Amino acid sequence: MHELSIAYSLVQLAVETAEQNHLKKVEALRLKLGVFSGVVKEALEFSFDIATEGTIIEGARLIIDEIPLKIYCPQCEKEYVLKKPVPVKCPKCSIGTDQILEGKEIELYELVGG
Amino acid sequence: MSQAIEQPRIVKIRENVLKKNDILARELRKRFQEQQVYVVNIVSSPGSGKTTLLTEVLARLSQKFNVAALVGDLATENDAHRLEQSGAKVKQITTGTVCHLEAQMIEDSIKNWDLNQLDFLFIENVGNLVCPSSYDLGENLRVVLFSTTEGEDKPEKYPTIVNSADIAILTKIDLLEAVDFNKESFYQSIYQSRPNMKVFEVSAKKDIGINQWMDFLIEEKMKAFKKMEV
Ligand SMILES: [Zn+2]
Repeated sequence: MHELSIAYSLVQLAVETAEQNHLKKVEALRLKLGVFSGVVKEALEFSFDIATEGTIIEGARLIIDEIPLKIYCPQCEKEYVLKKPVPVKCPKCSIGTDQILEGKEIELYELVGG
Repeated sequence: MSQAIEQPRIVKIRENVLKKNDILARELRKRFQEQQVYVVNIVSSPGSGKTTLLTEVLARLSQKFNVAALVGDLATENDAHRLEQSGAKVKQITTGTVCHLEAQMIEDSIKNWDLNQLDFLFIENVGNLVCPSSYDLGENLRVVLFSTTEGEDKPEKYPTIVNSADIAILTKIDLLEAVDFNKESFYQSIYQSRPNMKVFEVSAKKDIGINQWMDFLIEEKMKAFKKMEV
């Protein structure tokens, strides 16, 4: 389970950002988590509580937005959001593609604090 | 410094959580590129025949090239010792309970190495098909390994690692019939997450496919550093 490592990286990044922005308290963090990020949501939520202990983030809520796979189909020359991550195929013409535009991110994108 | 009191503030960030690893991996990749070291990151489950295959490949490549390997082992394992039988330079990275290698561990391990003397660096990741997928190690090629003994549907259980890899290797191909392995299902299972992925079928025991994989690596190395040799 590498979610604990990810959680520590997340907390470190959040603490640094909070300090840079002079936040005294952080109420919530918003994270974008791609379906192909390799991170299990529940495991990350569990690890997050452990990783925040004793930091200014402790007690903050982790809000995870799951990001589906967005691909580019070279045949249709269009982008599609896939309902399911696999198969990685164009939903219109069924051609397989390795051009993934979204769905791999582990991205902290918002801090809510005071 | 006037600060709003009791006013909730929203700070927009948009920052990759593994930013530090990614930055370090990028630096490593640049160094490897400058020194023309071709780096292969190998991921698999335990027992997939990774160490056996790698020992064989290291021994063969060592006849023509300077080859080294970094081996990620949990505290309980010792694959590094087995790999040393190939004659290549081998260094163990004991990760303790950590289930993956990170760029920092690679940097620490090669600190005193003269990369200029090296042609190939193999990184045997910790045996596990989940955690290594999130961590870039600065490699040129990521290889995911499956064995016939693991069953043909294994790749579809790990779509993320399959998608993140560049090529796949199917080991213990000599046991195909003995374990009733359905190759067509296996390829379908791979293509689910990575359409048209290149797959090598090998057996270290029966010497099948190993030279083909090796030739591929040599060719890829030449391609990767071509511009610099002109
Ligand atoms: Zn299409």
